[in-house]
Amino acid sequence: MEERIETCLSGSGGQGLILAGIILAEAAGIYDGKEAVQTQSYGPEARGGASRSEVVISNSAIDYPKVIKADILLALTQTACDKYVKNLNKDGILVADSTLVAEIPNISNKIYLFPIAETAQKKFGTKLVTNIISLGIIVGLTEVVSQEAIQKAVCSRVPVKAKEINEKALLLGFDIAKELKIKK
Amino acid sequence: MNNLEKKKNIKLLQGNEACAEGALLAGVRFFAGYPITPSSEIAENMAFKLPKIGGKFIQMEDEIASMAAVIGASIAGLKSLTATSGPGMCLKQENLGFAIINEIPCVVVNAQRGGPSTGLPTKPSQGDMMQARWGTHGDHPIIALAPSTVNEILTLTIKAFNLSEKYRIPVILLLDEVIAHMREKVEIPAPEDIEVINRKKPTVPPEEYLPFKPDEDGVPPMANFGEGYRYHITGLIHDHKGLPTSNSQEIDAFIRRLHNKIQKSIKDIIIYQKYSLDDANIALIAYGSVARAAERTVKLAREEGLKVGLLKLLTIWPFCFEEVNKLAQQVDLIIVPEMNLGQMVLEVERAAQGKCRVVPYGRVDGELINPIEILGKIREEIRK
Repeated sequence: MEERIETCLSGSGGQGLILAGIILAEAAGIYDGKEAVQTQSYGPEARGGASRSEVVISNSAIDYPKVIKADILLALTQTACDKYVKNLNKDGILVADSTLVAEIPNISNKIYLFPIAETAQKKFGTKLVTNIISLGIIVGLTEVVSQEAIQKAVCSRVPVKAKEINEKALLLGFDIAKELKIKK
Repeated sequence: MNNLEKKKNIKLLQGNEACAEGALLAGVRFFAGYPITPSSEIAENMAFKLPKIGGKFIQMEDEIASMAAVIGASIAGLKSLTATSGPGMCLKQENLGFAIINEIPCVVVNAQRGGPSTGLPTKPSQGDMMQARWGTHGDHPIIALAPSTVNEILTLTIKAFNLSEKYRIPVILLLDEVIAHMREKVEIPAPEDIEVINRKKPTVPPEEYLPFKPDEDGVPPMANFGEGYRYHITGLIHDHKGLPTSNSQEIDAFIRRLHNKIQKSIKDIIIYQKYSLDDANIALIAYGSVARAAERTVKLAREEGLKVGLLKLLTIWPFCFEEVNKLAQQVDLIIVPEMNLGQMVLEVERAAQGKCRVVPYGRVDGELINPIEILGKIREEIRK
C-alpha cells in the first residue's frame, strides 16, 4: 500500500524554510532510503513575503510532487497559518510558533505550540536556527523520518562552521517535542 | 551509506542541478548565459564545475549575446549550453534562428515562468510551448523536449545534446519552475553507462569540403572552425558552399531538407510514456510538472472505476501526431491539462481529427494544476 506523507513548512522568506525542506527530503530520500520530493513556493523578494516548502515522502515512486492535504503543517507566521491550515488533513498536525502565530485556528486537529524563534534567540543568540529547531520538533513528534537520518542530513547541508550550533538546535527540537508530547 | 548506494551514486538533486549534471555527462564544455529565475542554478552549477574540467563559463551582457557566444563555441567544436526563462528566451530567438539555418548544434534550456514579459518570476507556467515551436521567425523545424521528473531532466539533457549533434539542430529543453526548482532523488549514471553522440565530421580533405552538402540522412558533416576547413557561415539561405543563393531550386531544396532531416527521423526523436491506456476510454495528455498531477489523477479515477489513462509527452516538438491520432480513435474523450489557456490542446485537436472529443483544462494563476481538479474536470465532462 502506498504510504504518502505530506509536509508543508510555511512562513516568510528568510526563515530558512526551503533549506529545512531540503534537509527533510534528504533525510528521507538519502538516509532513510525512501522516495522524497521537495518543492517550494516563494515570491521575488530576498526576505519577507510568503514562503513555503513542501516535502512529500513515500515508500514508492511519487507522482504529484506537491502537497494535496498536509499531514504535517509548520506555521511560522500568522498569514501562513491562516492560509495553509485550510489544507490540513483531518488527521494532520499543526506545529506553530506561539509568539509569531497569536491567533490559533479553531480546528479539531492536534496543535503543538512553542515559542520557537524566541527560544532560538535565547539559547543560541540567533533566530537563524529556528528552522532546525522546528525540524527537530517535527521529527520528534512524528518520526516522519528517523532521528538518525535528520541528524545526518542537517550535518551534510549546513555550512561547516555552523554544524555544531545546528546539531544542538536539532537536539533541542527533539527535547521540545518530548515536552510537548507529555503535555498532550 | 552502504556499498550499493556508493556504487549507484544517488543524490538529492534540484532539477536545475540535474540539468547541469546531464550537460556535463553529455560532454558540454561551454556555457554562456545571463542568469534568470527560475533557471539561475543551471548557470551557477556550470560556473562552478566547467572551469574545473577545462571548460569555459561566460556570463554575457544579455541573452542575445549569450546565444551568439553559444553558437560561436559550437562552431569551434565545443558542445554548448545556455539556460534562461521566458524574458530571456524572447531575446534568444534571433540567434536561435541563426543556429537553425546554419545547423549548429546547441541546447537552450527554458525554465518556464509566468508571462508575458517579466510576468511571474518565481511561479510556474507552460505558456511558452508555442514560442518553443514558432518563437523565431521563418518556416523552420525545431526539437523540444519536456521532462517531468528530476531524473528525466538529467537523461533528457543528455538526449537533447545527442539529438542536437546527430541532426545538427538546436534543441530546446522546456522545463517549468516546479521541476526546475524541485529536488528529488536522482541516480547519476557513470559516464560509461550513457550513450553520447557526437557530430559527424567530414571525411574529405579541406579543399573538397562542401559544408552544407548533406549526406543521405539529410545532415551535412560538420567541420569545426580551427581544424583547417575554411567555410562561410551566413544567416542568408545558402548553397552547399555556404554562400548566399537566390536560386529558387536551391532555396526550395534547402528549406525542405531542414524539415525533412527531422521529419524522417521522427521515430528516433519522439518519446512518450503511456499510463493505464490499454483499456482507457478517457485519456489525459500532459507534459512537464502537470503530467505528474495527471498521473495521480489516473490512479484516483481508477479507484472510482473510471477508465482513465495518461499519455505523457517527453518530446513536445515535433508533436507526436500519429500517437495522438491513434489514441483519438480508441477513446471517447481527451482532456488536455496545461498551465496556459490552450496551447497543446490545439495540436491535440489537429491530431485527433475530430475522432473524439478534445477538451482543454487550463490554469494560469501561477500554481501547479493539482490531481483533484483534473479529476473534477473528468467528472464534469462525463456528465455532459
